[in-house]
Amino acid sequence: MLSVDGLEAGYGRARVLFGVSLAVTEGQLVCVMGRNGVGKTTLLNTIMGVLPATGGTVTFEGRDVTRLKPHERVKLGMGYVPQGHETFPQLSVLGNLLVTLEASGNPQSALDDALEVFPRLKPLLKRRAGFLSGGQQQQLAIARALVTKPKLLILDEPTEGIQPSIILEIEEAIERLHASGIAVLLVEQYLDLALRLADRYVILDAGQVVHAGTAADLQGEEARRLLAV
Amino acid sequence: MEGFLNQLPIGLSIGAVLLLIALGLTFTFGQMGVINMAHGEFIMAGAYTAFLLQDWAGRSAVLVALPVAFVVAGLMGLLLERSVVRFFYGRPLDTLLLTWGVSLVLQQLARDLFGAPNVQVLSPEWLQGAVGPLPYNRLFIMVLAVGSVVAIWAYMNRSAQGRRMQAVMQNRQLAATSGINTGRVDQRTFFIGSGLAGIAGVGLTLIGPVGPTLGTYYIVDAFLVVVAGGLGQLRGAVIAAVALGLLNSYAEFWTNASLAKVIVFAVIIAFLQFRPQGLFVLRSRALT
Repeated sequence: MLSVDGLEAGYGRARVLFGVSLAVTEGQLVCVMGRNGVGKTTLLNTIMGVLPATGGTVTFEGRDVTRLKPHERVKLGMGYVPQGHETFPQLSVLGNLLVTLEASGNPQSALDDALEVFPRLKPLLKRRAGFLSGGQQQQLAIARALVTKPKLLILDEPTEGIQPSIILEIEEAIERLHASGIAVLLVEQYLDLALRLADRYVILDAGQVVHAGTAADLQGEEARRLLAV
Repeated sequence: MEGFLNQLPIGLSIGAVLLLIALGLTFTFGQMGVINMAHGEFIMAGAYTAFLLQDWAGRSAVLVALPVAFVVAGLMGLLLERSVVRFFYGRPLDTLLLTWGVSLVLQQLARDLFGAPNVQVLSPEWLQGAVGPLPYNRLFIMVLAVGSVVAIWAYMNRSAQGRRMQAVMQNRQLAATSGINTGRVDQRTFFIGSGLAGIAGVGLTLIGPVGPTLGTYYIVDAFLVVVAGGLGQLRGAVIAAVALGLLNSYAEFWTNASLAKVIVFAVIIAFLQFRPQGLFVLRSRALT
């Protein structure tokens, strides 16, 4: 469904990705792992078109999307939850969801479905998003992506800086979404969580894929060595 | 005391005009980081629209001109955005130089089309007269500004397009990855902002002559309003515009025109020393 081939990208003259290739098939959950600074976020940003690719291709459902704008990729069914539980801080929780719903052209039911995944947001609909706690903001961020009815959900460290009980809720939500048939590309630092959720994993180091395999392989010594700080 | 009262409507109406001008600037500057010096020439375009419509609409030209000037100035803004400004996003200082050049070209164009001397737009009969110290024409400008603020507020907070505009202003990258076509939102913002300048231009014909340099006279003050009010802040723009309008007219009343400018600048500089972010700022956990 998503296939990334020899992707290269960077910031100005500083190159970050040196030919990254990976694939996510229908309904699969792929976890991207690696230490800080190896290019995980850059990879996701390039897949979404926030950063231009300087080489390689991104293909989504058989279509080359390498040169498409981010909003066009969202239209095709790529949902993105960037790092750092980002929201539109001055809009209400409902406003955050509505603005995405309106842009997507989906029916109201998409918004209701997203709220079913995170029922904690329901009593907060009128609250300004900027005044929510980090965990609530992250749930809102994922709900906002769900409103676009993605076929592939791309999540960048959804558990970063969030209290353990909320992490559990987010993990359960991801699990349920995955079970419902949505493909997921997840960047995650917690090895345990990755082991529980992922069908396949990819380990990045210095802008290249150094290891890839099924969740079972991740138990091996090699993977642990690559992830150790 | 009477002088003090007489000065009040002058200050308020200047504030109202500044507000109309600053509304557009605060959104193009606040949302897109474009310092649009050509904004002043959209005011001029609005004023000349009223002047041209006189031939056809006579003394009601001002009323007819309001929607027409909005569209004319709006389209000029859209053209500017599509043809040049969009290549300079993320480079505010370059947009300053660029749009300043465009502004000079437009002024010269107006000189060639309408001649260098000022022209006059006759205001409708029903705007002549006054309630107490408040002339109807100045009252009309204030109503215009209040109406525009209400309309913009409703647009931003009650419409889908306005919500999208807020989203882009608050987090452009997130808006793009949430499926919002940020380019289209930018165009719409530029159109509306420039259109408001056109309306300000029509309002200005009620209180003074129209000339090619009409815009340059107001653009600097309008930027002061934007900066003092806080970027992209409706409340801030309203308060700063009224305050600046009043300060301007009273300083002029008690001293003279050039000393008044010195006083205004001194006050703004002092204010920005204490609140460099302006009266209001976007504040939230996410942004700190």
